[in-house]
Amino acid sequence: MLRLPPFEYQAPNSIAEAVALKAECGDSAMFVSGGTDLFPNMKRRQFTPKILIGLRKLAELRSISLDDSGNGLMIGSGVSLSEVAEHPEILNNFPALAKAASLVSAPQLRNMGTIGGNLCLDTRCNYYNQTFPWRKALGFCLKKPESPMQNDAICWVARSSPKCLAVSSSDCAPVMVALDAEFHLMNPDGKRIVPAGGFYKNDGMDFLNKTPDELLVSIHLPLHEGWKMNYRKLSRRGAIDFPVLGVAVALRLDTSGNCMEARIVLGGVASCPLRAFEAEKLLVGGSLTAEGSLTRIENTAQVAAKLAKPMDNTDMTLGFRKKMVTQFVAETIKEVLK
Amino acid sequence: MSENKDFQAGLTWIGKSWAQVDGLAKAKGETVYADDMFLPRMLFAKMLRSPHPHARIKSIDLTQALKRPGVVAAMTGKDLPIPFGILPVSQDEESLCVDKVRMIGDPVAAVAAIDEETAESALEDIVVEYELLPSVLTIEDGLKSLEETEISKTQIHEYADSGNIHKQVALEFGDIETGFAEADHIREELYYYEGNTHLPIEQHSAVAQHGADGRITLWSSTQTPHYVHRALAKVLEMPASQIRVIATPVGGGFGGKTDPFQHEMVVCKLAMMTGRPVKLTLTREEVFYTHRGRHPVLMWVKAGMKSDGSITALHFRNFLDGGAYGSYGVASTYYTGALQTVTYPIANYKFEAMRVFTNKAPCGPKRGHGTPQPRFALEVLLDKFAEDLELDPAELRLRHLIPDNSKTVNHLTVTTNGLGECIRKVTEASRFQQQRTGSSLGKGFGLGCGSYLSGAGLPVYWNKMPHSGVQIKIDRGGGVTVFCGSTDIGQGSNSVLAGIVAEELGIDIGNIIVVTADTDLTPVDLGSYSSRVTLMTGNAAIDAARPLREKILSAASEVLKIPAEKLMLRNSSVLSKNGSGEPVSFVDAVQWAETKYGMLGSVGSYTPPSHGGKYKGAGVGPSPNYSYSACVAEVTCDPESGIYRVDKLWMAHDIGQAINEKLVIGQVEGSAYMGLSEAMMEEQIYRTGKDNPGGLHKTPSMLDYKSLTALDMPEIETFLVETHDPEGPYGAKEAGQGPLLPIMPAIANAIYNAVGVRVDEVPITPEKIYQGLKELKSGKPGGSGVIGRVGPKKFPKITFPEAIKVKSVDS
Ligand SMILES: Cc1cc2nc3c(=O)[nH]c(=O)nc-3n(C[C@H](O)[C@H](O)[C@H](O)COP(=O)(O)OP(=O)(O)OC[C@H]3O[C@@H](n4cnc5c(N)ncnc54)[C@H](O)[C@@H]3O)c2cc1C
Ligand code: SF4
Repeated sequence: MLRLPPFEYQAPNSIAEAVALKAECGDSAMFVSGGTDLFPNMKRRQFTPKILIGLRKLAELRSISLDDSGNGLMIGSGVSLSEVAEHPEILNNFPALAKAASLVSAPQLRNMGTIGGNLCLDTRCNYYNQTFPWRKALGFCLKKPESPMQNDAICWVARSSPKCLAVSSSDCAPVMVALDAEFHLMNPDGKRIVPAGGFYKNDGMDFLNKTPDELLVSIHLPLHEGWKMNYRKLSRRGAIDFPVLGVAVALRLDTSGNCMEARIVLGGVASCPLRAFEAEKLLVGGSLTAEGSLTRIENTAQVAAKLAKPMDNTDMTLGFRKKMVTQFVAETIKEVLK
Repeated sequence: MSENKDFQAGLTWIGKSWAQVDGLAKAKGETVYADDMFLPRMLFAKMLRSPHPHARIKSIDLTQALKRPGVVAAMTGKDLPIPFGILPVSQDEESLCVDKVRMIGDPVAAVAAIDEETAESALEDIVVEYELLPSVLTIEDGLKSLEETEISKTQIHEYADSGNIHKQVALEFGDIETGFAEADHIREELYYYEGNTHLPIEQHSAVAQHGADGRITLWSSTQTPHYVHRALAKVLEMPASQIRVIATPVGGGFGGKTDPFQHEMVVCKLAMMTGRPVKLTLTREEVFYTHRGRHPVLMWVKAGMKSDGSITALHFRNFLDGGAYGSYGVASTYYTGALQTVTYPIANYKFEAMRVFTNKAPCGPKRGHGTPQPRFALEVLLDKFAEDLELDPAELRLRHLIPDNSKTVNHLTVTTNGLGECIRKVTEASRFQQQRTGSSLGKGFGLGCGSYLSGAGLPVYWNKMPHSGVQIKIDRGGGVTVFCGSTDIGQGSNSVLAGIVAEELGIDIGNIIVVTADTDLTPVDLGSYSSRVTLMTGNAAIDAARPLREKILSAASEVLKIPAEKLMLRNSSVLSKNGSGEPVSFVDAVQWAETKYGMLGSVGSYTPPSHGGKYKGAGVGPSPNYSYSACVAEVTCDPESGIYRVDKLWMAHDIGQAINEKLVIGQVEGSAYMGLSEAMMEEQIYRTGKDNPGGLHKTPSMLDYKSLTALDMPEIETFLVETHDPEGPYGAKEAGQGPLLPIMPAIANAIYNAVGVRVDEVPITPEKIYQGLKELKSGKPGGSGVIGRVGPKKFPKITFPEAIKVKSVDS
């Protein structure tokens, strides 16, 4: 079988220690949480850290609790996806998040994989998520040149592209953006809070607004009255399959069914989750269940779909994935309204 | 749900369900698979593989690798240059490539080291100089002749029939033109079936030891220890008697472990070089390169039918994309034409085929071997004819079935045909007629049928010896040991052996020890392929057991003073048939028999009847008997996106006689799973070279190579139909491959029924259905000329050789 490259494993006892250790070791170290993303990548030599900083001992990362003001839920980054999928508070208040987590891969992987790892998931590309010999046969690409010295690496997906187009493939990330979550980070100089929408960047290599030394500690989800939400995922099979399209929709409806606020976020079609601001505007104001709303929803979906520019580097044909955006957005909105 | 309970009344084990003899050990993790083996001083080997699809090897330098601490030995193809291959006509594989690599993933060097990590790192120390050659990646390119390409550079194997055309076949039975002249309806169509792979859960793995006595022992996850034994003797230049091959329990094969393989040769050589045991387990990616899976086949079919639905003429032209080596390819080529004839009578039949070499992983036998592709085309074609004739698809088939005890147009002997009963079972249970015509847009029902052989009539290498041998030894304590070369690959052949011997000797299965698949200990059985084991080892086991039963009864008769004809072996006892007298225990009877005859042992064997025709190519297709299957699939397809789900499968399989009912149902449902996975998503595909270096496998991992998961699997309702075939043990037929065949066309036909889109191609993906839906909406055909039909559009223009004309059996 594929073997892991040799590495040293460190298990710090506190968040401060973990962050300090990372700062001290620099690029030669990486955080590892569940390891379900990182270890397969290490076996294929996308990463060969000398030191792994394991986060499993950090109990603070594994709790789910109401925040101090009682206005939101704090989810530790080390909470497993299984827990996210089954936790009563999450099921009650943020069913779209529970659903997204439940759709990740398979039970074994959800037991090991964490929400933090999911939100920091490396971007994916079917020219990149391959073994070392495979990539060598092809010629190494921009995202992972053979060595930092290699300067003739190109992007196989779009040869003239100066930047990597690897795909944001996390199921939970688009939902976090749609729920206006806040990510609490810790670095050697202290805490930093970043809104989920600002955490992701549309660049396959530099896709997180986070320094390598920053640890994702927890995710804050604001509790709001009147929000309804859903998440839909397109993949070829029912399990063990990354999203080639994810649609998260959150709507705030008043008591008479008028849409007060709307958030529509697309996953799997760019290097970061894409928020469909223009489309959202079309939904706000007036009832979404009155006659004629169906056309409005269709229009919204079409506008949202314009954002998606999928590239030919995942499963399913490009054209089909693009076409499906409209249908998936419309259906997700309708499901929210049900 | 077997029938004919009367027949089974006299039987204890046959037709019942009992636990597999090795099931508990597997469930408890006791079973030692090849990769579980650890021998003292064992080394670990890895192979360096080519990054180029086609290149000449200029030099290989092992110096640095050998200097790496922990490396014990390294080798190249020059250390073991004798070629091998499963078929005598295509001895085209090398343990490690000597002069040239023919695909990405072809191994060129190997290293043995103290652990896997060291061996893997040492591969990076090996320096190989290549001279790149143009590569051939498609059927079209493979068909190009000398004039069109620089063939000396692109020719992958010099022994090919011509250029890169490995094998060409042209046979005509009866007169095809007369057949078309008699037809009322004629259809001419193109179909395509993408290649796919076996995906066994266990990767290939082998361990070799070179003993102090100079003998080589190879433990390997193989379906065919006998053929590996022969290949090793050739490659190692050692007498076969100095080599022992043991097939370890196989964690899934499906045809992917039926060839002798490079890693098996390499571990033997490295064990000889180092004097230490050596293990090599392939990575999942390497299994995709080893392949031998389903051939991609492009088919042109022309068929003529009378208004009553009888087929007057059927003409197939098939192109097979063979990949870089011969493997079973010559047989595969013939199989794309052999078994279309055994379900419905065909008055005149013509079959032409070419297999081309391409610089991709070699194709070979996968469950159904060469049969699913043309069967898909034929069954979809019948669905279309049914529509032309305004007939129910089931009715069309039921009107025209090959009768029992008849000969097909290509001279195959059909002893019993349970297809009619299969069709009735699945259509009644699914209420096919009503559902097909009555259900709403998006809901669809489709029927597919198929037939498969219970073992090839001829062995892989020409000889007239038995195909299966069984030896039985009875211990004074009443223990019975059964020795047979057959290989349990999870299909349950060990359980079948035990069940048959238990039946014949009237004892408990728990008293039977099965020793199989060890060339030192067990008589030859050709291996677990072509669905041959139950029928052939079953018959051999009966042949071995009956003389022993006679001896035991005759000794008991002497002691008890009752005529032997009035005694029987049952419930581990000798009983009188009329129920009188006290039972005598099996152990006592065995001791009486040993006293009378000496050591109790016997051998039995089985050679299939020579059933087939006499023409060139007649060797592929004959079998002692044929199994039949039918399937109705129910699908729900979204008429907007084409995304669909399979709601239910109804399966019926003519098993002749179930030996172990549960096992048979397991095989039927396992086949249905595999077939459905192929139908819906599986593809072994490569980067094309258009905008990147071609020949790279696109998805060499279980994540990216999509196959069905448990969540995608629908409920299956299975019916067993029992026709009690005269050739099978107790009337049995095969179950391992046939039930896969009806699935693909059943899905295609159900999709058409649901949304009106014809996908003449496998896999049947939502993307393709979406394409068809778009055409239906716009009213514009998309290149293939027929609105709402998705499938191949072009067929290479090439002249086939003059067909060998063979009289149809009737004329
Ligand atoms: C077969 C397979 C199928 C999969 N399918 C899906 C799928 O359908 N959908 C999906 O979304 N994902 C999928 N995944 C990806 C992955 O398993 C999940 O996203 C999982 O949640 C990752 O969490 P982890 O804890 O295992 O991450 P890890 O592997 O531990 O870490 C992932 C990355 O995040 C970094 N990291 C982890 N924790 C922190 C932290 N607290 N602060 C800063 N950085 C951190 C690590 O350094 C690493 O770079 C799949 C993976 C596999 C192997
Ligand atoms: S998008 Fe381009 S650069 Fe990025 S991983 Fe894929 S091939 Fe490499």
